[in-house]
Amino acid sequence: MAGVKRSGRSQVAQWIYPGDWLLLAGGFALVAGLALHAPAPADRVLIKQAGRTFAEASLRLNRIIAVPGPLGTTEVEIRDGRVRVKADPGPRQLCVNQGWLKAGEAAICLPNRVSVELGRAAYDSLNY
Amino acid sequence: MTASIIELKASLEDRRIAALAAAGIGLTLAEAAIPLPIPGIKPGLANIVTLLVLYRYGWRLAAWVSLLRIVAGALFLGTFLTPTFALSLAGGLASLAVLALAARLPPAWFGPVGLSLLAAFGHIGTQLLLVDVWLMPGVSLIGLLPLFLGAAWLTGLINGLIVARMMPMSPIEYRRESTA
Repeated sequence: MAGVKRSGRSQVAQWIYPGDWLLLAGGFALVAGLALHAPAPADRVLIKQAGRTFAEASLRLNRIIAVPGPLGTTEVEIRDGRVRVKADPGPRQLCVNQGWLKAGEAAICLPNRVSVELGRAAYDSLNY
Repeated sequence: MTASIIELKASLEDRRIAALAAAGIGLTLAEAAIPLPIPGIKPGLANIVTLLVLYRYGWRLAAWVSLLRIVAGALFLGTFLTPTFALSLAGGLASLAVLALAARLPPAWFGPVGLSLLAAFGHIGTQLLLVDVWLMPGVSLIGLLPLFLGAAWLTGLINGLIVARMMPMSPIEYRRESTA
């Protein structure tokens, strides 16, 4: 490795060119941005109907869960690691207007007696 | 019946491709033997060979070496024509495509570290896309993106530094030599 030694700055700095630094910084910013936006902390959804657990779901699988209630069907949508009440037969649509839930939040569709809670999983072997 | 002799003439370039692909296969096998905590995250050491070949002999040879390595490596590991192989091939093709473009970047500005980083992101990005649309449609991978892209960033940087360390000349001198 005779040709490796080049004088001047420290060697590692010499191996990384100006554009490389830019790419490194850009890549790092991308990863950091994604890490901050990741919906990782809350990953379990608890859906209750009339106070009883109707379904306990993972955020990993995109789908729409239909929950039957006294007024009709409440649709709970799970997509890209988020959850919301997509449709509800209730007159005021409060739980639908709440939009995507944040970790620890709950949407309650009172007339149809459906609640959706977003929380952190207590992992056990049955979750997967 | 007379025994017929089939003679295949291997040119110097053929031998070179074979030897370099063998080096890549060796790294692939060594890598498979290292236990890693998270499935799907690998150091990608064979990309060091691809990048060195790209600088020394150009993109065409790098593509040969890389694709031979992927096919032969899969045969050795017993993953040929499995989803693992599809992922490996897709990642390899994507990084070759990225390198074809990145090799045109001005060598005074972009060295092996930048090329390695771009190739690593192309590699993992394509693999995640394939998983998303083909292997596990409907499963949200967004939560896993930071983990996989972060790993690609780190391995891209490290592999790029190894390539820079192993190159006897600077990329600018290579470019001058290949155009001269």
